[in-house]
Amino acid sequence: MSNDVALVGVGMHPWGKWGRPFQSYGVHAARAALADAGLDWSDVQLVVGGETVRNGYAGYVAGATFAQALGWNGARVATAYAACATGAQALDTARARILAGMCDVALVVGADTTPKGFLAPNAGERYDDPDWLRFRLLGMTNPAYFALYARRRMDLYGATAADFARVKVKNARHGLANPYARYRKEVALDEVMASPVVADPLHLLDICATSDGGAAVVLTSSEFARSRGLPALRLRAVATVAPTFPNTVIEMPNFATDSTAAVAPADLTFRDSIAHAAYEEAGLGPEDVSLAEVYDLSTALELDWYENIGLCKPGEAEQLVRAGDTTVGGRVPVNPSGGLACFGEAVPAQALAQVCEVAWQLRGVAEGRQVEGAQAGITANQGLFGHGSSVIVSV
Amino acid sequence: MANGNATPAVDGWFTTGDRPALLGTRCVQCGTVFFPRESSFCRNPGCAGERFDEVELSRRGRVWSYTDARYQPPPPYIARTDPYEPFALAAVELEAEGLVVMGQVADGFGVDDLTVGAPVELVVEPLYTDDDGATRTIWRWRPLAGDGAGTGAGDDSSGAGSPGATGEEGSR
Repeated sequence: MSNDVALVGVGMHPWGKWGRPFQSYGVHAARAALADAGLDWSDVQLVVGGETVRNGYAGYVAGATFAQALGWNGARVATAYAACATGAQALDTARARILAGMCDVALVVGADTTPKGFLAPNAGERYDDPDWLRFRLLGMTNPAYFALYARRRMDLYGATAADFARVKVKNARHGLANPYARYRKEVALDEVMASPVVADPLHLLDICATSDGGAAVVLTSSEFARSRGLPALRLRAVATVAPTFPNTVIEMPNFATDSTAAVAPADLTFRDSIAHAAYEEAGLGPEDVSLAEVYDLSTALELDWYENIGLCKPGEAEQLVRAGDTTVGGRVPVNPSGGLACFGEAVPAQALAQVCEVAWQLRGVAEGRQVEGAQAGITANQGLFGHGSSVIVSV
Repeated sequence: MANGNATPAVDGWFTTGDRPALLGTRCVQCGTVFFPRESSFCRNPGCAGERFDEVELSRRGRVWSYTDARYQPPPPYIARTDPYEPFALAAVELEAEGLVVMGQVADGFGVDDLTVGAPVELVVEPLYTDDDGATRTIWRWRPLAGDGAGTGAGDDSSGAGSPGATGEEGSR
């Protein structure tokens, strides 16, 4: 039995620093997605909101807030929180209700407004909160975690600062023509390497900013899409796996990994397992994807993802970016949208924004950044507290 | 070393003195080690353990990776100096426990003193001065010259096998 549902509409609000309430971006994106689908708000039976993020934790009510802002229509509502993977969990909730036959049309919305600078934890004395403690006891910011992964690539695989900078140069070029991207400007290799070091070896331009933004996706059952004659893409997989014990890679906001004293680590790392689960669900493999949207919280992290989603073996990612394999026009373009490098992160919207880009690519309408003949795309994403996600969409 | 009036910035996470060590717990049933301590339910999914020994973790390990903080981290981090002085951070692999544990790097050492795989040793140093003017301390990783992380002579690591100085901690 197919677990496909139909992806019939996508919409976004441009990323930026607009300083408006999050629901205004969400409603803008939702209306765009419904118009894109050729459906009316009154057709929607379920609204799933991606929860906003405040200091690492769930923030404002989302699903009902969007439903109210769109004008109560009696639809059911749900809200999902999974840090950076929030959008995908919201998508998964909608898909599950459709597959269970509980509704035919679902609207998934994620939007947020994000403060400037380092993402910081909650105020007060919170000695039982690892996210607070890592700042108090270690001064360990998010970029510091990204930097640990980057440094390992250098010491183990011979990656260089120039390799990381190449990712930024590539993504900046990709995002030039993307009307939803916040940064649309070419960046030179030297500019990246001359920008201040934030957390060695990562420079300021290796690390993504935080942004305001909103993204929305409309899903329907395959039967509904057929009966209405809606042009549909196939949502083939939404993987939202948690790690398998023992998780041996140190992750935000933790002080330590799990111990391998009693149980040997699994063959796949957590990040490997995220895409693996999606491929398995879709019945596809890395060789079947035409493009990928991966979470480039840092440039170096994009290289990790090449390996985690199976585009190459561990230690080979630098070769891909050097050869232009992951540039639009190359073997398997990565982040044709421009990625977080051009967007900055609007946490609950970001995993949905990845899906929006894949949809535009598969429809062949990604003007100025089109991956020719795209048949299937994968997204990958990982956030705070052991949340990962990977979505596969095909024509 | 911290002065006599110094107290840890967090209770029960590490010992002080000449041979300071991190304090974790070890599941009595399966032997999984936890840092920070786990005292309720074993997180090994195949283990139903609810009793834990407190253990001192190895004082020496090898660098898994490292970085530094060139800009002052946001609160609740409390900078020790004004203007702010950057510090280094290391994730350190403790072989006996099968853990990688974060820590700041000892005063006077930076990223140029570190490589993946290099040996380090745990020390306790001042982290910040609190509102009452008292020094609060933290564990840090200090680079060792040569190959100091082995199990041969001179390794004073207590390992995960030995219960901590404060003895067994009962289940809740």
